[in-house]
Amino acid sequence: MSNECKVDCGRRRLVVATAAVGGVGAVAALVPFVSSMLPSERAKAAGAPVEVDISKLEPGQMMTVEWRGKPVWILHRNQEMLETLPKLDGEMADPKSDKKMQPDYAKNGTRSIKPEILVTVGICTHLGCSPSSKFKKGADEGMSADWLGGFLCPCHGSTFDFAGRVYKAKPAPDNLEVPPHYYVADNRILIGEDKKGA
Amino acid sequence: MANTNFEKYKSDGSLQGNVLEWVDARFPLTASIKGHLTEYYAPKNFNFWYFFGSLALLVLVIQIVTGIFLVMHYKPDASLNADGVPVAFASVEYIMRDVPWGWMIRYMHSTGASAFFIVVYLHMFRGLMYGSYRKPRELTWLFGVGIFLCLMGEAFFGYLLPWGQMSFWGAQVIVNLFSAIPFVGEPLSIWLRGDFVIGDATLNRFFSFHVIAFPLVIIGLIAAHILALHETGSNNPDGVEIKAKKDDKGIPLDGIPFHPYYTVKDIVGVVVFLMVFSAIMFFSPEGGGYFLERPNFYPADPLKTPPHIAPVWYFTPFYSILRAVVWPIFGIDAKFWGVVAMGASVVIFAFLPWLDRSPVKSIRYRGPIYKAFLTLFVISFFILGYLGTQSPSYWGEKISQLCSLIYFGFFLLMPWYSKVDKYRPAPDRVTK
Repeated sequence: MSNECKVDCGRRRLVVATAAVGGVGAVAALVPFVSSMLPSERAKAAGAPVEVDISKLEPGQMMTVEWRGKPVWILHRNQEMLETLPKLDGEMADPKSDKKMQPDYAKNGTRSIKPEILVTVGICTHLGCSPSSKFKKGADEGMSADWLGGFLCPCHGSTFDFAGRVYKAKPAPDNLEVPPHYYVADNRILIGEDKKGA
Repeated sequence: MANTNFEKYKSDGSLQGNVLEWVDARFPLTASIKGHLTEYYAPKNFNFWYFFGSLALLVLVIQIVTGIFLVMHYKPDASLNADGVPVAFASVEYIMRDVPWGWMIRYMHSTGASAFFIVVYLHMFRGLMYGSYRKPRELTWLFGVGIFLCLMGEAFFGYLLPWGQMSFWGAQVIVNLFSAIPFVGEPLSIWLRGDFVIGDATLNRFFSFHVIAFPLVIIGLIAAHILALHETGSNNPDGVEIKAKKDDKGIPLDGIPFHPYYTVKDIVGVVVFLMVFSAIMFFSPEGGGYFLERPNFYPADPLKTPPHIAPVWYFTPFYSILRAVVWPIFGIDAKFWGVVAMGASVVIFAFLPWLDRSPVKSIRYRGPIYKAFLTLFVISFFILGYLGTQSPSYWGEKISQLCSLIYFGFFLLMPWYSKVDKYRPAPDRVTK
């Protein structure tokens, strides 16, 4: 490049300065457009907690409720289901729930407050499909013969046990999320909030 | 002054001639027609593989025209109507049942989407066979890759609009792909959805992208694709440059004017294409569940994923590559690497002009190694496509991993095998 200016250098500098200021303005004009695509105030407000009555939920049964547009499963595990959990520790990606996929009060062997009641967001941690129930042992529901029961994500084949823990070497990286929740009464759960003062 | 068409196009004195002269002095009408049609010299040895470029343009017109009429009746609204059905889903049913000829316009549009990918894949395969991406047509190829990427986006956004089960869960999966990117992934996917879940905000913005943003970009890229092509001139099945041998008027010896020769030839292609297109549209618009997937006849239910979900057929090869990656690498989840592999499998086409080091362009003069690699690549593409429509399984996973290796091997090993491969010298002039 030549150092000597064949044109008026003062004007050239003004042109560069004008272009730079104009460029800053153009970038600044992007801000409102990009921001307009963020969740609106109304979308942010629509996250109220949900109260659920589980008195009619028999052992072995599962119910689904909607919380923040997502399915939340409440699974009343029977004794047989609970017995499978310790046996599977060796096959789990995160058997002790070390990753923060649950509140601290659910970081235990059953990933729940009450051992028999599992509350979990029914959304696969891989790409967000909702896994299907495969509660029967063995190959009856199209699973392998040594299947102990749990959930199968139909999209990419991730499998979870009765505590929502993900099996090793599956596409899903994490256990199913346990949402904040607490027992308002013996048979009533509030999903979406931690217990006050807890 | 000198740079005006006024001098070049003189009227012969007739009224028509006078009007044309008036226009040509103000707008390059005759110059454009000559430059791009009547005096654009295309190689005389085009075979049927050269139909698919003009057919892609035809499908684009079909999609735009049918799209304009669909928007007159469609409502991008995820809220439930009085019957408890999402308004968007109900408006598509309304088009199918109550709008006069609405069923036909919609089936034209949905069949057109699949047809678009069929002709584009064949168009791309033509480029692979005859080395159309090679110097000096790298930019034509790059614009083409850009069109392909936008077309995938366009198809993806459009697929959400009927707001059926497959629409909803397909969008859920694809948007969540972005959440796999470390650190910025989660906020990015929320920004894309405009909500914490796929919802009304997502539906409305996808509608905006589908009917305004992406069609505009695609049309711009197509203009650039064709302008770049007309700058270098077309390649041909022999892969020889016809501009190297010209007559004393400067016209390529092996060139013929695009109009009337290839416009007329392309009409034959259009007729055959429209026969197939109409047969599908009238007799099998669902394409056996591949063009319109059955779960999409149920309205979107955010609480329940259909037992078997798969993308539409034209995405399945790339989807299989995504599923084939199941191991974490460098301490980052397999999910992220799956996304990387899927993205790379599409973007890698852009690097072809610089990966191919063969002395000849066309497959006609290439040696057995390239032919073997191209054959394996096509077979892998089909197998990946098939596996992508199937539920995950042990053997499906192993086979898709093998096919993904072949897929990437075709590209990444090309600098080596295209160089060591045997070849026959290409002729100076095109053959028959």
